Amino acid sequence: MTEAHPALAHHFSDIEQQREANTLGMWAFLATEVLFFGALFAAYLVYRSAYPEPFAAAGSHLNKILGAINTAVLLTSSLTVALAVQAAGERNRNRLLLLMAATVGLGILFLGIKGFEYFQEYREQLIPTINFAWEGEGAPQAMLFFTFYFFMTMLHALHMIIGIAVLLAMIFWAWRGGYETDDMPVERFGLYWHFVDIVWIFLFPLLYLIV
Amino acid sequence: MAANTSALQMRKSYLNVSYTAKSWLLTTDHKRIGLLYLLSITLFFVIGGVAATLIRLELLTPQGDLVSAESYNKLFTMHGAVMVFFFLVPSIPTTLGNFLVPLMLGAHDMAFPRLNLASWYVFIFGSLFALASIIAGGVDTGWTFYTPYSTTYSNTYVIAMAMGIFIAGFSSIFTGINIIITVHKLRAPGLTWFRLPLFIWSLYATSLIMVLGTPVLAITLLLVALERVFGIGIFDPALGGDPILFQHLFWFYSHPAVYIMILPGMGVISELITCFSRRPPFGYRFIALSSVAIAIFGFLVWGHHMFVSGQSVYAGMLFSLISFLVAIPSAIKVFNWTATLYKGSVAWTTPMLYALGFVGLFTIGGLTGLFLATLPIDVHVHDTYFVVAHFHYIMVGGMVMAYLGGIHFWWPKISGRLYPEGWGRAAAILIFVGFNLTFFPQFILGYEGMPRRYYTYAPEFQVLNVFSTAGASILALGYVLPLLYLLWSTRYGAVASNNPWGATGLEWQTSSPPPKENFIETPVVNNDPYQYEVTGEFEPHATVTVGDLQRGELGNQAIGD
Amino acid sequence: MTTDTQPSQSHRSPRIYYIVYAALLGLLVLTVLASFLNLGTTWGVLIALTIAIAKAILVILYFMHVRESSRTTWLFVAAGFIWLAVLIGLMIVDYLSRGWFTV
Repeated sequence: MTEAHPALAHHFSDIEQQREANTLGMWAFLATEVLFFGALFAAYLVYRSAYPEPFAAAGSHLNKILGAINTAVLLTSSLTVALAVQAAGERNRNRLLLLMAATVGLGILFLGIKGFEYFQEYREQLIPTINFAWEGEGAPQAMLFFTFYFFMTMLHALHMIIGIAVLLAMIFWAWRGGYETDDMPVERFGLYWHFVDIVWIFLFPLLYLIV
Repeated sequence: MAANTSALQMRKSYLNVSYTAKSWLLTTDHKRIGLLYLLSITLFFVIGGVAATLIRLELLTPQGDLVSAESYNKLFTMHGAVMVFFFLVPSIPTTLGNFLVPLMLGAHDMAFPRLNLASWYVFIFGSLFALASIIAGGVDTGWTFYTPYSTTYSNTYVIAMAMGIFIAGFSSIFTGINIIITVHKLRAPGLTWFRLPLFIWSLYATSLIMVLGTPVLAITLLLVALERVFGIGIFDPALGGDPILFQHLFWFYSHPAVYIMILPGMGVISELITCFSRRPPFGYRFIALSSVAIAIFGFLVWGHHMFVSGQSVYAGMLFSLISFLVAIPSAIKVFNWTATLYKGSVAWTTPMLYALGFVGLFTIGGLTGLFLATLPIDVHVHDTYFVVAHFHYIMVGGMVMAYLGGIHFWWPKISGRLYPEGWGRAAAILIFVGFNLTFFPQFILGYEGMPRRYYTYAPEFQVLNVFSTAGASILALGYVLPLLYLLWSTRYGAVASNNPWGATGLEWQTSSPPPKENFIETPVVNNDPYQYEVTGEFEPHATVTVGDLQRGELGNQAIGD
Repeated sequence: MTTDTQPSQSHRSPRIYYIVYAALLGLLVLTVLASFLNLGTTWGVLIALTIAIAKAILVILYFMHVRESSRTTWLFVAAGFIWLAVLIGLMIVDYLSRGWFTV
């Protein structure tokens, strides 16, 4: 019998098995998320291919610059998360706390920019069924574009909010020394965060750039 | 015998390790969670069954005289939604699956015990929404929620039911993730993939479907809710939307879902037929891999539900072709089960009766599926009772019978008691007879043109409808019996030994019921499964031999002696 | 016991992360520039998707450590995307043959 590791659950025979099971479990969950967002992408692709002009016209109302900045923000946050996972593995508590805090900051920055974009879109009367006003033809299709835009980005933002909330809890736990013996939760969280980043990597060009 | 009984009852098992409500409601023991699910899905089976009863009563006469048309629409919707999402999809994976997967693998628990408990609470939470929808007045869209009726025109509680299913879907996903990782990572030493019981293979394949398909349904239901609330037009042609897009997204999950609703049953049958013919399975690898093939191919055929929807003919032809291919792995299983029986020593126990019934009824259901996969035939029988009969043959004649067979087979392991064999056989026969009387006439009715989802019908269809309802009442009686005698057996049934059936499999190497940690020592596997006839005598690993069989209520059947 | 192993992340220098990060930013610049070229919908989508896929692959392989992961992990990663491809692919067969796409 291997000696008991403080983090070893009773039904696993050793810590390596537990680590692999946890990683695979998170990947299985991420696979479900691929299909969750993917179904929306599929529907969006159908309508975009059916109505290229109204969708392009609608998409041109989005703020490419802010979108690009937000993409850079998220990519940076992926960097900080990757470094945080490494810091956890090296049991470097201070570096871990710093990097997790940086990630939270970047996440909040992303949400802030997104919120500002939503506010701009509200001012331009582009919110479907709430204040949508479209000049020219293809109004229903343009509204369809914005439906997808808001639904997909809000779903993404929800995943960001959940991620930030979990990260805040993890910062608190890390501050208490909770990851001194077990860095698996940080790794798992990292996988989740990177995945949310990947969703945005696809959202940005498909919503903002194909105009 | 009395001393033996009380000694066994005193023995610590997962059931008596603690009696508090907290120990049940906060358990992470996969066996207890399996029982929690058993209670929940039985409740939903009853609810779905009540709806079915009212449907069959209404259909005794050609006129609509029992309920109004609107109520009838709600009845068949609720019957379908409850039976599919709150009974059949969870059934075997969450009850027998949760209970047996770690045992069969020689593990102490599932990979993620707390996720397991969370999945049950999520299921309950989702079911509250569904119940709320039913109590508030129900849904009338059909369990398929086709747009634009469900999104624009229906005045019933669609969103509540959709949200209930959405939430319950997460329960499905959590269970699937748990099973997949457990099979990958928690196998006992020596238990390689091709030594796994076929039940595990089928649950693994089922979990693949649950994990990869359910998210698409989740998004689709969210879109329906969104459209209902905001009227955006994703599925509304007047606003540029396509109602068929809904069907594509819906059936991308719901077709594989029907494989969720049969694969676990097939896994059970593999266990039952091998045990009760004392033979290893014919073509083990083929049966194992056919489960995975069904899971994969099942994702490629969803358009065969949409032949008359307005989908393009070319897409229809493609889906029709692939649907023929997906029948092949199922057929392989039926051939192999049959070949397993050849030169076997067949015991006519209750589980075996269910298993043999399954093989026949599933074959009929599966073959009629080929009729429906044939595009031109489907054009005529789509939305008729032919389709209804087809899927009930598979889901009820197949899956429910496999479920009951499995419950009976593993009942000694789960409860530590033997059920009364005479009653078991009687119920199995009643169910078989009742089932066929209920659903065979529906093939004829459908072929002759009786549409589904109507509360009235042409008078010439009445005779067969009366047969069908009569059959349903026999079927209902058949279902009530196990409910009663299984409950009875928990208190008055004969005490079971570790391995009353003389079956192979690691779950039989531990006590009935098992201790909380499943095994005192981690088992080591060094031979292939289903070693029924190798030496002519069954030699299990464990310390108890087949000679420990308790005669009890098993009658004179000397299993394995 | 399986023979799958996952090395601990502690002995790696962070250099690879910075390199990948720079590549990701570079690809971001590329995709924004490409959008200004006004290549039309088909080419536009194709280029944008290709760049996005490249970025995703970088994140998956390096940030998510899939490059050093077991074959089982690779299978899990691939499965989600393959299934999504099936959904999109077969749906497109229908829409294409119904004349929905005015590409």
